[in-house]
Amino acid sequence: MCSDEVNRKRRNLIAATTVVGGAGAAATAVPFLSSWQPSARARAIGAPVEVDISDMQPGDLKRTQWQGKPVWVLRRGDETIDELARIEGELRDPDSSVEQQPAYARNEYRSLKPEYLVVVGLCTHLGCSPSYKAPDEDNDFGDDWIGGFFCPCHGSRFDMAGRVYKGVPAPTNMVVPPYKFISDNRILIGEDSSEGVA
Amino acid sequence: MSRFGKAVDSTIGWIDARFPLIKMWNDHLAQYYAPKNFNFWYYFGSLALLVLVLQFLTGIWLTMNYKPSAENAFASVEYIMRDVEWGWLIRYMHSTGASAFFIVVYLHMFRAMLYGSYKKPRELIWILGMFIYLCLMAEAFFGYLLPWGQMSYWGAQVIISLFGAIPFIGEELTLWIRGDFNVSDITLNRFFALHVIALPLLLVGLVFLHIIALHEVGSNNPDGVEIKNKKDANGVPLDGIRFHPYYTVKDMVGMVVFLILFAMVVFFAPEMGGYFLEHANFEPADPLKTPEHIAPVWYFTPFYAILRAVPDKLFGVLAMGAAVMLFFALPWLDKSPVKSIRYRGWKYRGALTAFAISFVALGWLGLQAATPTYTWLARFFAVVYFGFFLLMPFYTRNDNDKTVPERVTDR
Repeated sequence: MCSDEVNRKRRNLIAATTVVGGAGAAATAVPFLSSWQPSARARAIGAPVEVDISDMQPGDLKRTQWQGKPVWVLRRGDETIDELARIEGELRDPDSSVEQQPAYARNEYRSLKPEYLVVVGLCTHLGCSPSYKAPDEDNDFGDDWIGGFFCPCHGSRFDMAGRVYKGVPAPTNMVVPPYKFISDNRILIGEDSSEGVA
Repeated sequence: MSRFGKAVDSTIGWIDARFPLIKMWNDHLAQYYAPKNFNFWYYFGSLALLVLVLQFLTGIWLTMNYKPSAENAFASVEYIMRDVEWGWLIRYMHSTGASAFFIVVYLHMFRAMLYGSYKKPRELIWILGMFIYLCLMAEAFFGYLLPWGQMSYWGAQVIISLFGAIPFIGEELTLWIRGDFNVSDITLNRFFALHVIALPLLLVGLVFLHIIALHEVGSNNPDGVEIKNKKDANGVPLDGIRFHPYYTVKDMVGMVVFLILFAMVVFFAPEMGGYFLEHANFEPADPLKTPEHIAPVWYFTPFYAILRAVPDKLFGVLAMGAAVMLFFALPWLDKSPVKSIRYRGWKYRGALTAFAISFVALGWLGLQAATPTYTWLARFFAVVYFGFFLLMPFYTRNDNDKTVPERVTDR
């Protein structure tokens, strides 16, 4: 065998070894990177939570926690429900065309029942929890303000259906989690309703 | 020679036959020639090293009593502050050290911009330094979550959400970083691991490379003159002096002054009016309630102000990222043949002044609540900030530079 051929063989062996070694290293990275995914326990804690709404008056907001996130249940009065349509011009996505809600909540109220809104209480900008400003509360948002949510971090505003106003940093409406009514007075958050799903 | 002297000599001889001890001492200290005209601005490199050592020492001691769990973290910090012998001092040194680190590093970086220390042949020193800076920012961010106060919690929530702005993979990525659907015990535990092991290790490695690269090409100086161009018969730069003892002694003076100021903060103003330790962080984390006013610690606020100035989530995040990353490109954006500001024309002098003012102004604005006036001001200064970098190839190309002297000056 001439030395040229030996060198070629050596180069091929080095290349083959490098490829196999590289593939091995890449495969070894998988468990380390995957280990950062939510653990089985973290997923289990994300189980549905029940909320009792029997004692809520119009304008009341109830806070609970699901998957570690704040989830709000808001009872809206008739006046508020009527006003939702009136302010549509001031909203970025009044028809909820961006998928921030289950199909059954993709309506003008963003809810199963017009009276009750269920949303994840986190701003869609950078995840702060907005504060609730009730309709009758004093505010700096002008006469047209029908009540809603204001994020103290970067000034985003949402209406009484969790819909984002125009001209604020938040890009989308607030997220409606999967939920269903298990009775007239009890909501289960974290499990889809069978209503309205085609 | 005394018997003791002989014993020392023979021990060193024994080591030297097995390890390049004297060679390393000479290469990096006793026969490392640094320009003789270093001024005030040249203290901050060695001070950064001092702060690094302080952070390691106090950090290791803090881990002895800190508990990285959502349930116990806040209480364990209170325990360190109230019950552990000298715990308050060690923690205040660590928290003050974090801010001191950024003060020193920002001045160190500004020195490089004053005297063109990032220019050829020192581009790699600058790049490695920028990696150190990024590493430091990550270190500060992970460390800030550990006390598990309100600001810890919501600060982490906001910063992690920044990654959510990345199209397509954003949401999955934030889930992966947190390891949970929200910032939680799991997030805290992994941030602890990164803060006390992964990043310090990386930081030390980068500092080592930074110094090796520096000692390969040699230090720049306030005149921006390459001292290696003029050497004596023995190959020693005419304008160079030995690092040890000349600069070790000079740096020790700097360290004493720095430590006096540092101790004053640690003992008399450890919270620094809410700038070093934010008031909201004296309340335990509450995942259901965001504090009325949240702002990052002062060293991140220039970038935070830029983020807020852009009325779009994705572009805001991109602008903020670009504001940091543009520093990497500095050696190639700067087309001037002159290094030092002493011999640069009015264009660069003006641009650097405007940049420094806008950096400080953005830092201040980032601490304020975002009113419309402040938002417009932040937009103005953000434009100046980006203008400094993006217009640099044009205004440095034909500036009315002065003639650079052959040798360093003694002013």
